[in-house]
Amino acid sequence: MEINEFIENFADQFDDIEVASLTPTTVFKELEEWTSLIALSVIAMIDEEYDVLLKGEDIRNASTIEDLFNTVKSKQEK
Amino acid sequence: MSANYNPFSLVGKRILVTGASSGIGQRTAIECSRLGAQVIITGRNEERLQETFSQLEGEGHEALIADLTKNAQLENLISLVREINGAVFCAGKSMTAPFPFCTEEKFEEVFRVNFFSQMELLRLLVKKKLLVKQSSVVFVSSIGGIERFSLGNGVYGASKAAIHSMMKTCAKELAPKKIRVNSVNPGMVKTHLIEDLAISPEQLDADMQNYPLKRFGEPEDIAYGIIYLLSEASSWVTGHALVIDGGVTV
Repeated sequence: MEINEFIENFADQFDDIEVASLTPTTVFKELEEWTSLIALSVIAMIDEEYDVLLKGEDIRNASTIEDLFNTVKSKQEK
Repeated sequence: MSANYNPFSLVGKRILVTGASSGIGQRTAIECSRLGAQVIITGRNEERLQETFSQLEGEGHEALIADLTKNAQLENLISLVREINGAVFCAGKSMTAPFPFCTEEKFEEVFRVNFFSQMELLRLLVKKKLLVKQSSVVFVSSIGGIERFSLGNGVYGASKAAIHSMMKTCAKELAPKKIRVNSVNPGMVKTHLIEDLAISPEQLDADMQNYPLKRFGEPEDIAYGIIYLLSEASSWVTGHALVIDGGVTV
């Protein structure tokens, strides 16, 4: 699993965001399009693509896309 | 005042409760036994089912391990049940998936537990005439998918809407056999299904503020509604969805 692919999958959950505008340090909850439905979509995407089931609090505890990536990575290793 | 007067009594009734290892099913089984019923409890996990069994009051109860999604186990359960006066279908599974993720596989997984296995169990109970005259069937449905359409709750809601439809159809078709069929439709109840949800404690707390009675349900809030529908107190009630939700759909 590598971060660029993760960012692409992450961006896929939005309707109006360009992948190029996102970086590992993007604070995703500050994105204009971020909603609870997008959060659910991100959780579902991570389950589908990475076989990791995140909880709402995992989203809450993450600030940047990289934080989320690291959470998924550490749960994959368990 | 008569000390024994209780129109909600279940004395003399044998009641089958599925999903009895935890949550609403567990509480329903225990409360039924306290009102005098002989209870047959089923669940997948022997240890957890035993945990419920040890809390039943009175005599003559049975615990039968069965995974109702496996046809052979369901048929084995049917062969062991004998005649009953009531059945409560509490086995259930939640699922959170926004629509682009609602794959056929997810529908299959949820409908297997929440719909197909329950229909097959009821069908066999009826076909083999195991539900005696004046018996009562209660589905644990939901406000989700019928009254309320929460984000990401589509697959779960659709399974409950399917139950809702068949509850009404069965109420009509089984009425000549004097079998009543109803459902309870809970709002958010504090069971392990909450822990499976993909929302944070803060979001749950915010959701609770939408409830006019300012709390989520306890399993007994639902169990008492089920008991009403099992008892003779509801003998003129069939095809009814009893919403128990702290007022959230008002």
